[in-house]
Amino acid sequence: MKHEIIIAGFGGQGVLSMGKILAYSGLMEDKEVAWFPSYGPEQRGGTANVTVILSDDKISSPILLQFDIAIILNQPSLEKFESRVKSGGILIYDGNGITTPPTRKDIRIFHIDAMNTAVNEGNAKAFNMIVLGGMLKIEPMVTIESVMKGLKKSLPERHHKLLPMNEKAILRGMEIIKEI
Amino acid sequence: MAEEVKLMKGNEAIAHAAIRYGVDGYFGYPITPQSEIMETLMDEKPWETTGMVVLQAESEVSAINMVYGGAACGKRVMTSSSSPGISLKQEGISYMAGAELPALIVNVMRGGPGLGTIQPSQADYFQTVKGGGHGDYRLITLAPASVQEMADHVALGFDLAFKYNNPSMILADGIIGQMMEKVVLPEQKPRKTEEEIRKEQPWATLGKLRGHKPNIITSLELDAAVMEQNNIRFQQKYNQIEENEVIYEELLCDDAEYLIVAFGSTARISQATVEMARKEGIKVGLFRPVTLWPFPKKKLKAYSEKIKGILTVELNAGQMVEDVKLAVECKIPVNFYGRLGGIVPTPDEVLNELKKLL
Amino acid sequence: MNILEIIKPENLVYEKPRLMNDNPMHYCPGCSHGVVHKLIVEVIEEMGMEEKTIGVAPVGCAVFAYNYLDIDWQEAAHGRAPALATAIKRLNPDKMVFTYQGDGDLAAIGTAETIHACNRGENIVIVFVNNAIYGMTGGQMAPTTLLNMATATCPLGRNVELNGYPLKISDLLAQLEGTCLVTRQAVHTAAAVKKAKKMLRKAFENSMARKGTSIVEFVSTCASGWKMTPDQSNKWMVENMFPKYPLGDLKDI
Repeated sequence: MKHEIIIAGFGGQGVLSMGKILAYSGLMEDKEVAWFPSYGPEQRGGTANVTVILSDDKISSPILLQFDIAIILNQPSLEKFESRVKSGGILIYDGNGITTPPTRKDIRIFHIDAMNTAVNEGNAKAFNMIVLGGMLKIEPMVTIESVMKGLKKSLPERHHKLLPMNEKAILRGMEIIKEI
Repeated sequence: MAEEVKLMKGNEAIAHAAIRYGVDGYFGYPITPQSEIMETLMDEKPWETTGMVVLQAESEVSAINMVYGGAACGKRVMTSSSSPGISLKQEGISYMAGAELPALIVNVMRGGPGLGTIQPSQADYFQTVKGGGHGDYRLITLAPASVQEMADHVALGFDLAFKYNNPSMILADGIIGQMMEKVVLPEQKPRKTEEEIRKEQPWATLGKLRGHKPNIITSLELDAAVMEQNNIRFQQKYNQIEENEVIYEELLCDDAEYLIVAFGSTARISQATVEMARKEGIKVGLFRPVTLWPFPKKKLKAYSEKIKGILTVELNAGQMVEDVKLAVECKIPVNFYGRLGGIVPTPDEVLNELKKLL
Repeated sequence: MNILEIIKPENLVYEKPRLMNDNPMHYCPGCSHGVVHKLIVEVIEEMGMEEKTIGVAPVGCAVFAYNYLDIDWQEAAHGRAPALATAIKRLNPDKMVFTYQGDGDLAAIGTAETIHACNRGENIVIVFVNNAIYGMTGGQMAPTTLLNMATATCPLGRNVELNGYPLKISDLLAQLEGTCLVTRQAVHTAAAVKKAKKMLRKAFENSMARKGTSIVEFVSTCASGWKMTPDQSNKWMVENMFPKYPLGDLKDI
């Protein structure tokens, strides 16, 4: 199995760290993983994106034209990546900040109200974990146990007290994701 | 016990591998996209464990000259930078080649010329393998194509540098530096003791012991006749390196009618192209020079006897392609495909270019 | 009394330092470099540090310092000696490390390396020979060239509008918190030589006591570059250089 994923949004939305957690989760399951971010000033408030590849076999190119899954968190990213989802692939978006929703008919489109949920439930920081949970509901490429193990691995010890809150966010994301 | 598999960026892998190799000193100056190398070292605090010195210099010029000073003591020392900073280091690199000093320099390339962009590029190929600094010298050049190789090439680069008393360079780019992959780090080696260095590098300036002659590290020789002999000696050394140290990787080349020749990140992209092309029945293989200097010219020449054509893929306007053409002596068509200024091609784009060759 | 009676250890009043070899020096008659060289190895010998000393030679007239003093040397690129010395000392904290630099090397092309090594308080000694001219390349203007002083590249005399002012770099270095000793000396008289040696020794001792960077500036002559006889150049130095670069300790803590 191989999953080629693009996660794209504004810098500061936790795009890169969400990709990192996914990559670590893959590592926990002995998969081959690649994580390639857009880097530089983009990280600081502009658009940020990261390619994550999880695969049972060795990964060749970290640079891809098309993706199995696109997770889209703002309008510019939708414009950039909607066309680059493989036919039959998956596009997940958070409506917050999307003015013109995706229109393709040959892919499966999911909506996740992650930002509003995160803010309403007083946990804006867990936004990206809600999104990750949503994706794992649709495409369970790694188990929640692996995600939690991956989180533990990627977070410094002093942040480990945040683990239960993150798990809750993942489960919440699984509840609220909806196919359009 | 098997070593733990870790997930890290190429830049981070360089830092960890350096500590584990027993490097004595790192001297650098921040520049994107490689600043994680010094940041990781500062985080790891190797001065508390192995005794490795990590110092942020006031400029790239100063950093490379700190490397000169450390290397002249027979120490394992290194620096890293990205393209504009590597230009500044050329003076020091030339002096080190002239003084026959071993050291490791890392270039995580970005697009140029000038201040250019911070996005990935391979446009420093000429600068690295054809000179860069002044004078007739060569730089041993390794082109890692994975995070694992970023780690492995630290040891390889130092080993070759000390084998031949010549600087070597890891020529990576923003993709390999910034991407995270699985990596198994080498085992921790102890740093060399002063006694070991005095024995293994008898030329090192560590203080003149009584009854010994002074050690003098210099690239200066005003007598042209002597300087010519020095140069001849350098060339003999370079010939030896070309004879003994060529490294390349072949993928599906055995039955190939066509080859893609690419290094570093473009080799990774082209590998996906080869997989796609093979599914379409195109008999293409990937030939990846791991050492850019010495360049695997003999092997490529041998291929030119049995294949129909070559596509060279680079993140520049066509640099390594000149060495490919020289290697095959223009006996077969050699096409070139490159993207410039920080733009990276997808495997699909490369496939389209490959089809033009068929 | 025959000559063999004279050559007896008890009659010895002066001897060449053991670390100074017999290679004929390329310095011109009247040049200060030879004396400064001798002082350095005298101090190294007297401190018993020959096996631990590493010198860094500059680009300039002293480029061949390594040919005359029998210690380990590194030859730096122009201006970069403090960067080399930084790494040597950091990687070998038990060694005694010094740079030997001229005015062009230290105060023009190497200004950044000089200031930052001093600002980091590297535990090294910087020996700075200031003769207000580029000797090796044939007498061009230096950053320390005096106003109205003629050189090959300011034949009508140094002119403020075109060339700016003579750079009192030691005064500048004395302001940095990393320096512990900044002193300006000369070697034109026996008394001056004696005093200079005392400060040079202090500088080397500071470096081993990890007190920070010590700079010993030698206001020097360049008879050839100044187009004078050795005697005239000494006099000219006293009359013209000393008012601009007065001898004495700028900092000693």
